[in-house]
Amino acid sequence: MTSILIHGGHLVDPSTGMDEKRDLLLRDGRVAALDSPGSLDALAKKEKATIVDASGLIIAPGLVDIHVHLREPGQGYKETIASGTRAAAAGGFTSVCAMPNTTPVNDSVEITRWMQSPDRNAVVRVFPIAAATLGSKGEVIAEYKALHAAGAVAVSDDGMPILEDNIMFESLAQAARAGLPVIQHAEDTRLTHGASMHAGALAFRLGLRGMPADAESGIVKRDIELLARLGKSAAGNQAHLHVAHLSTAKALEAVRRAKRSGLRVTCEVAPHHFALTEQAIGDYNTDAKMNPPLRSEEDRMALIGGILDGTVDAIATDHAPHALHEKEQEFERAPNGITGLETALGLTLLVLHRQNRMPLARAIALLSSQPAQVLHLKHRGSLAVGSFADVVLFRADKDWQFHASESRSKSKNTPFDGWKLPGPILMTISEGRIVHDARVPAK
Amino acid sequence: MPIQRKTPAKRTTPKKHAAKTTGGGAGSSHSSPKKRSLGPHEAGATSSRGTFPVPQFHATVPAGFLHPGSAISASHFTLKDVEQILTEASKLEAMPVFLRDQRYAKRRVALLFYESSTRTRTSFELAAKSLGADTVLVSALSSSIEKGESLKDTGITLRSLGAECIILRHPNSGAPYLLGRATGLPILNAGDGSHEHPSQALLDLRTILAHLPANKTAAAKGKLSITDRTLHGITVTIVGDILHSRVARSNALLLPKLGARVIFCGPEVLLPDYAAQIGPGVEIERNFERALQQSNVVMMLRIQKERLSGLQIDLERYMEQYQLHGKRLAAHAPAAVVLHPGPMIRGLEITSEVADGPNSAVAEQVYHGSIIRMALLTRALDAIPSKNQQSSKDR
Repeated sequence: MTSILIHGGHLVDPSTGMDEKRDLLLRDGRVAALDSPGSLDALAKKEKATIVDASGLIIAPGLVDIHVHLREPGQGYKETIASGTRAAAAGGFTSVCAMPNTTPVNDSVEITRWMQSPDRNAVVRVFPIAAATLGSKGEVIAEYKALHAAGAVAVSDDGMPILEDNIMFESLAQAARAGLPVIQHAEDTRLTHGASMHAGALAFRLGLRGMPADAESGIVKRDIELLARLGKSAAGNQAHLHVAHLSTAKALEAVRRAKRSGLRVTCEVAPHHFALTEQAIGDYNTDAKMNPPLRSEEDRMALIGGILDGTVDAIATDHAPHALHEKEQEFERAPNGITGLETALGLTLLVLHRQNRMPLARAIALLSSQPAQVLHLKHRGSLAVGSFADVVLFRADKDWQFHASESRSKSKNTPFDGWKLPGPILMTISEGRIVHDARVPAK
Repeated sequence: MPIQRKTPAKRTTPKKHAAKTTGGGAGSSHSSPKKRSLGPHEAGATSSRGTFPVPQFHATVPAGFLHPGSAISASHFTLKDVEQILTEASKLEAMPVFLRDQRYAKRRVALLFYESSTRTRTSFELAAKSLGADTVLVSALSSSIEKGESLKDTGITLRSLGAECIILRHPNSGAPYLLGRATGLPILNAGDGSHEHPSQALLDLRTILAHLPANKTAAAKGKLSITDRTLHGITVTIVGDILHSRVARSNALLLPKLGARVIFCGPEVLLPDYAAQIGPGVEIERNFERALQQSNVVMMLRIQKERLSGLQIDLERYMEQYQLHGKRLAAHAPAAVVLHPGPMIRGLEITSEVADGPNSAVAEQVYHGSIIRMALLTRALDAIPSKNQQSSKDR
């Protein structure tokens, strides 16, 4: 029996509405008890619990990231499940959902199981998202029920959007039967050929092909129509569409309307899309290149509005590590994506909590209970008794500086190097094990 | 890891050690290994004649560094820069050939061309040669680029071979920044994707100035003064494939600084509305004839078929609306100076009648090109990098 008592901290658990001083006892990988300060001391002593002093700290559920690229199998030079989950732990995440665009593509039970094997040495829980179609080619629907049974929590052809209406319709229908959400990377690739940033005046100035906002909103609208049509065909379980890394005001508006009409549509926004605009590209900085691209200030403000009014269900990083030599290329040739696991909490606190006055509990909800709910991760993102002992301790009233060179990720492709962010993370506990401890300065 | 020698006894490659020291060339200075904070290539740029300058093999370029002798974007040029470049151009133009070709005797200039070019490459090459520099041409075909070498490595290789300045033409917008950051050398942008072609804008400016009577005499006296009113009252219309044109961008960023009004003219598919937001002094007029009526200078552009990438153009309709032919010119802008950066597609955007006619300054442009490029090379080879040099912002 291994126990940890976290005492003296301020516990914020959006899943239960708790927001007060509480001591927390973890036992055998689960939340065993929480009570007013001091009242668990005797029990902890009896159990010989490890005592963690959390005075002045926020105790929150371990964060949940439903959109990461861990690059294994096949691209271990960018990231491994081991290194990626260490970065996750350093960023306060205890559950990460790994996209299937690996080499080979994760479209099978074997790879889905392989990713979850203890041999991968993950330090936090990895939930695979399987490919929606074989090889993410957009042609043949994968075996959703078997993938679900093997541990997949959703299906997606992330990065290779499903353009064919009938395939997307079929995917939504089959996924509903298997009880899985379909995550769509909404991009009409017929409109984005050769494009490497947001379409508009800046793209013109830089001589780069732009991705129009319509390329995103067009697919979101199409998917919503398919979902509505499916609803009428009574396929048993209600189909669930989740829009990945939503980046434009237009697509957000489409999701807002769909939600109002009662469709089961959810969406996520990445921290870089509410923290930065296309101006971050500067003199062709490839660490500001990702897909969807950084957008205009109007889009950024609309996303913040959508987060504040509840249209946005979750914050997800789209953590996309790439090696230095891949990013040190001509802008148009460099791969899309930036790392994000270690800066997500800080950026959320900075932009949403500090600059836009979102209550701390809501900011935490967007990074824990709400994403867990979107992908039905049971007993995650919560500190209710019986939940997994996934906990993050951070200091809300202090700032820290992020240095890319110190990142736990194998890759350092981030536009946030040197940024001063709120919320230094002191400790991350995954299923009762301390997986990140910054209380003692590492020497 | 570099091999660590305990004693510097056997010196088979003294140059490598000399590279870390400063002052004179190889062999003379390794007794005083003073460390100075240098720009990545100062040793090469200032070494005395007679010894071959040893490049700094492990020079790390500070983040955001761009060599001040670079010419990457017309937006970087201040009025003072423009004045200095044009003044230098006139000086070089007037200089006796036997003096001019001693100016940078045996200095090394590399031409790195990832795209085909006749005019620009020859112009830069002859400009460097007429200053006495050695030039070497590396083109994408028949080089290690074909084998997959990165731009960064190609740049470092050229620097190690002693190149003190790289003239780059590249199909990707922004590539000169990457090369500048990787090598720390002055980069002369000879056209990058659809981004910029700053030497073209300068040569266009010199051509325009040569046609302004007041400036002609001032320039001849070597008393050229460039202000924000130098081109006051002058309207330059740029016509055609603006979307893909680096020439249009560089001109639209440069000419309004001197007070010119720039009109972009073309169909929506080649000229999106937001193009006018590129900077102050730029507007859009889609009707070619209305634009011509306001123009002192009209610059015709080629439709860049190689960059259309799926865009559909009805050429017949395009020619009907935007071709510059004799009748149109005579009717709407009989006194306008006609420019074209080349290559011209006769019979498409421009007719032979106009290209060879009295309004055409196309051949003059080519002449001014070689003069301007000499001036840009002196700027690149003379400039001393400073470590504090901030990356100049585009906007």
